Amino acid sequence: MKYFHLIWAALFRRKTRTVLTLVSIAAAFLLFGMLDAVRTSFDQAGKSANGAQRLQTGSKLSFIDTLPQGLGDKIAGVHGVKSVAYANWFGGAYQDPHNQVFTFAVSDNYIDQYPEVQVGDDARKAYLNTRTGILVGEKLMEKYHWKVGDKIPLQSNIFPQQDGSKNWTFDIVGVMHPADQSVAFYGQMILMHWKYFDDAVMKGYNDGHVGWYVTRVNDVNQADQIAKAIDAISINSDHETRTQTEAAATASWMKQLADIGLIVGSIMGAVFFTLLLLTGNTMMQAVRERTSELAVLKTLGFSDRDVLAMVLAESVLLVLLGGVVGIALAAMLIPVVSAGSGGMLNLPTVGADSWLLGIALMLAIGAVVGAIPAWRAMRLNIVDALAGR
Amino acid sequence: MRFLFNLFVLVVLVVALLVWAQLPWYAVLALVVLFAAWMGLSRRGRQAASVTGVGISTLRQRLGSSSVVVIGIAGVVGVLVALLAMGEGYSETLRKTGSDDTAIVLRGGSASEVSSVLTHDSILVIEQAPGIARDKQGKPMTSGEIVVAANLPVRGGGPDDEGSVQVRGVDDQAWAIRPNAKIIAGRAFQSGMRELVVGQGAQRQFVGLQPGHEVKLGAQTWNVVGVFASGDAYDSEIWGDAGVVAETYRRGSSRTSVFAKLTDAKAMDTFKATLASDPRVQVDVDTTLNYFSKQSEGMSKVMRVMGITVGLIMAIGAIFGALNTMFAAVAARAREIATLRAMGFRGVPVVVAVMLETMLLALLGGLIGGLLAWLIFNGWTASTLATGTTGQLAFTFKVTPGLLWEGLKWALAIGFVGGLFPALRAARLPVTTALREL
Repeated sequence: MKYFHLIWAALFRRKTRTVLTLVSIAAAFLLFGMLDAVRTSFDQAGKSANGAQRLQTGSKLSFIDTLPQGLGDKIAGVHGVKSVAYANWFGGAYQDPHNQVFTFAVSDNYIDQYPEVQVGDDARKAYLNTRTGILVGEKLMEKYHWKVGDKIPLQSNIFPQQDGSKNWTFDIVGVMHPADQSVAFYGQMILMHWKYFDDAVMKGYNDGHVGWYVTRVNDVNQADQIAKAIDAISINSDHETRTQTEAAATASWMKQLADIGLIVGSIMGAVFFTLLLLTGNTMMQAVRERTSELAVLKTLGFSDRDVLAMVLAESVLLVLLGGVVGIALAAMLIPVVSAGSGGMLNLPTVGADSWLLGIALMLAIGAVVGAIPAWRAMRLNIVDALAGR
Repeated sequence: MRFLFNLFVLVVLVVALLVWAQLPWYAVLALVVLFAAWMGLSRRGRQAASVTGVGISTLRQRLGSSSVVVIGIAGVVGVLVALLAMGEGYSETLRKTGSDDTAIVLRGGSASEVSSVLTHDSILVIEQAPGIARDKQGKPMTSGEIVVAANLPVRGGGPDDEGSVQVRGVDDQAWAIRPNAKIIAGRAFQSGMRELVVGQGAQRQFVGLQPGHEVKLGAQTWNVVGVFASGDAYDSEIWGDAGVVAETYRRGSSRTSVFAKLTDAKAMDTFKATLASDPRVQVDVDTTLNYFSKQSEGMSKVMRVMGITVGLIMAIGAIFGALNTMFAAVAARAREIATLRAMGFRGVPVVVAVMLETMLLALLGGLIGGLLAWLIFNGWTASTLATGTTGQLAFTFKVTPGLLWEGLKWALAIGFVGGLFPALRAARLPVTTALREL
């Protein structure tokens, strides 16, 4: 640390070059920050402590098939189950049939299964007391400029009402605020009363069926056993079920979208290989140019080890500076990207994990690219260097 | 004055890049020919050529730093082409699906087959609409189809790893409506039986889909009797008899869609108009070609935006890398350049020479990047849960000449920006200063 000003001065000896290199490094770490945000958003989904307490039970036949409502009571009877809620897909669209909004018809206690989704007490009460009441996610409220108390029309692209019309009208009674990244999608969602839905829908369309059950368990460690016990209820019936922890369900769903890890990983590899080369080259130039200065340092009594450490520190500092700028830029850009995608992407900002991983990478890359120039500087022969040989 | 000049350069640069992005290949070719003519015929051009010659002949001494430009740009182009090839492969698969003389009929307002339900009565109405081709027995060539999802174990996954596959229940006419789909192993299913034929893509992706094997869809066991290939989105599906599928999935006599072979593409308008004015049904009619292309729109746009964003950020990194390298190259050759200018060479040949050198390095980088992307990714199979379907859509990365060309254009643009400023610096450095420089 004693020599920090020396290292700093060496770093900005050639301002243009250093700045250009810093921008390159910043670009690479900007990309790193954004890709890592994508990766964590896939990783995190459903992985909160609360998520581990929840089990999802759906039809084994396929995810679009429904289950009988009576199954809920049987699931509630399974040892270790705390509470059972259910939901059904409604398939809502706002204004334009192609403008789809995630809408679920849910049992009254459904929202209680998700304590990390915050709903005010008044809103909850109003929701329970209003047949046509809906809870709307905060992002969705912003997107369409809705207010609590608004009556909004939704078209279902699956379910007609008794009179055959697919236009439904609902009252917004409350807003859902997801307090945890793992349930961020509740910010984009509408929940309506299953009871109202099942009563109002045309005969033959739903008939008391539910799409899936969400169960809370008393003890997380028993989740697997309970899942097996739930599936055992309907085994060999014509409504076989498949129960998974929320995290497992989300993970298998994400896996089907694309192999994100592979794609992200290969981009990252290409970026860092390029970066390594670029920074390495800059450091080589810097040391080559300063040969005589380094020799002077040695003449003054700096040991070989000191010189090695200083060149290494310079290269680490260079990568660190650029990298921190890059990740900070990513942290600023990600909310912009999320907002710009109109709710399609919902990326978390750069978290502590990403910062740590990023900084570890910066230190490693800095050390790797600094190694050869530092080695050269250390081996420098004073007489030869001063003579310019 | 200096500031104004820099501003001017920046504006010219932005305009040049915008024009460059739009330029078709023949315009680029014309540009190259024009440039070569200038180099060969005019005095300055010849000067530029000889200065470039000197620069290139000394490249070997700057091998390390020059390879930074090449590899950096190769990285950008490789990643960009690979990501774009993913989107291209995806939309290509859906674009190839369907034709403009077959129609798909969905319930009005349905965005896709999954969310559509047609009652038995409306199907009867649809089948009688004019414009539908008839087979030798005089039966209308329509197929009321039902699309559902099934969970099957994924190949190469864990014991609990299940993926979703789209199961399509079809009528006997389905094969006649889709002449692309051919049985390549085993036989077709018999109607009324619990038998399945599987697409070759689905077979690659899921376990146990060989003819002669049994698979469990929910509580029932089905026999796989054949494999079909169609070279499009249907490849990822499993087909069975519509009636049996509907019964298994408790759909009664309803179907999700009706496919109809029309007498020719022109019959589409009459067909559509008739159904639109019929009060007994409320349906959306489209050509299958249109329908499947539309399904791919959103996803391929997302993939393209992703590719270009990543490419842009990488390109910025590479531009600054190239700038660095070329500034260093100019500094290393400052004396040499100053000598040339002292001898009477003017600024333009010097600028052109430095630019040309960078562009050549960039071109090399672009070629390497494109080649790598082509070698590694062309034909790579990936799959994703596609919008509008209930199953995985298998597709292959497609590195087309168009994408390679786009990659090369990016490479040259990066080289242009990375070379321009060092070139201007070389041309403007006062001769006396430069001669003294080490």
